[in-house]
Amino acid sequence: MIHVEGLRKSFGELEVLKGIATDVASGEVVAVIGPSGSGKSTFLRCLNLLETPTGGTVQINGTELTSPKADVRAARQEIGMVFQHFHLFPHLTVLGNLTYAPVKVKRLSKAAAEEKALGLLSRVGLSDKAGAYPSSLSGGQKQRVAIARALAMEPRLMLFDEPTSALDPEMVKEVLDVMKDLAKSGMTMIVVTHEMGFAREVADRVLFLDQGALIEEGPPETFFSHPKTGRAKDFLQKVL
Amino acid sequence: MKPPMNLDFSQMTPYIPYMLQGIWVTLKFVFVALLVGALLGTLLALFKISGPAPLRIFAVTYTSIFRGTPLILQLMLIYFAVPQLTGYDITPFLSAITAFGLNSAAYISEIIRAGIQAVDKGQVEAAQALGIPYRSMMKDIILPQAFKNILPALMNEVITLTKESALVSTIGYLDLMRRAQVVGASMYRQFEPLLFVGLIYWILVMILTLIGRQIERRMNASDTR
Repeated sequence: MIHVEGLRKSFGELEVLKGIATDVASGEVVAVIGPSGSGKSTFLRCLNLLETPTGGTVQINGTELTSPKADVRAARQEIGMVFQHFHLFPHLTVLGNLTYAPVKVKRLSKAAAEEKALGLLSRVGLSDKAGAYPSSLSGGQKQRVAIARALAMEPRLMLFDEPTSALDPEMVKEVLDVMKDLAKSGMTMIVVTHEMGFAREVADRVLFLDQGALIEEGPPETFFSHPKTGRAKDFLQKVL
Repeated sequence: MKPPMNLDFSQMTPYIPYMLQGIWVTLKFVFVALLVGALLGTLLALFKISGPAPLRIFAVTYTSIFRGTPLILQLMLIYFAVPQLTGYDITPFLSAITAFGLNSAAYISEIIRAGIQAVDKGQVEAAQALGIPYRSMMKDIILPQAFKNILPALMNEVITLTKESALVSTIGYLDLMRRAQVVGASMYRQFEPLLFVGLIYWILVMILTLIGRQIERRMNASDTR
């Protein structure tokens, strides 16, 4: 489903990604971990071209996103993204947040979009918040709304950029639970995370990035109990 | 002999309706100039933020010139230079709205640019990630949020424009200020009519200030952020 080859990204002199190659199959849940500054968020943001790669290719469902001819906006409709800081639209209600893009971009009728949005809200356990403004929600609720907003576009792939890093500890679980459900439903997911428990429990595969390179990858059981590289061992020692 | 210290407003009474009409004249031209300024200013702001290089350079240069030269000079240039260059006899009203419109466009474009750039960059990214087209994103997501940053500064611009509008008296446009001078000349007393229109300007500005505060309060009330 996703095919990444020789992906490079530099910010000026600083080379953040030094040639990353990997494939993600449909329905796979991939956790991307690594020390801060390892380039994992940049890697994720290159997948929907929020960052323009300086080199290499990204193919999603056979479309080469990095080609100059690619319709990036159309491709993005199929790629949901959840941000560390939620980025809900503060001037719209929760329902407005969920229906705006489907109505505007997918030309859904308002009624159809609302019906779908209410279904998604009940799925993330926030049916009673449809009319609320984001400011009145807790961090965990905001992030669940953000997940529902991304799902409202019926994406085939979901990207999560440290979705629980900005949350108070007691709210992490409610968000991870929603993500677990989503994983179980067969959604293809790429999750940049510091939640090792989540990576171990939910991910099919772990990518370990360090200093802009993909150092090690494999199923979580193997990676967490028998890391092959010294850098992965060092990292795991610090976080586990 | 010392000149007599007297203020006599009674002589001015017959001229009062004439001067009061100036309120409408002033407001009309301030309103039109502001409209021109707001439309052009929005366009310039968009050029500066996301236009291709030539448009961006144009917008920045434009702003620099109109903010960097006296408004009265711009007004005189338009009023006197247009007939000289084209033979078209431009009216004081047209000169006034052109000069004030073009000038306030420069200031308003900066107000809008700053307001838009103060909106969290994450909002743009969220919109992009959802595949929302640029125009819709600007119109429905970014500008409504930017408006809250913009409004106080914009209200300030309206007030400045209202006061500065007195400059058009120099090209014979019969605004409040000019009418005070006309009345002063015909009754050989300057002080009273000047004080009178001064009071009117002050009241106008106070009203605008109150309206601005009211709008701000309402926006904050509807926003439970």
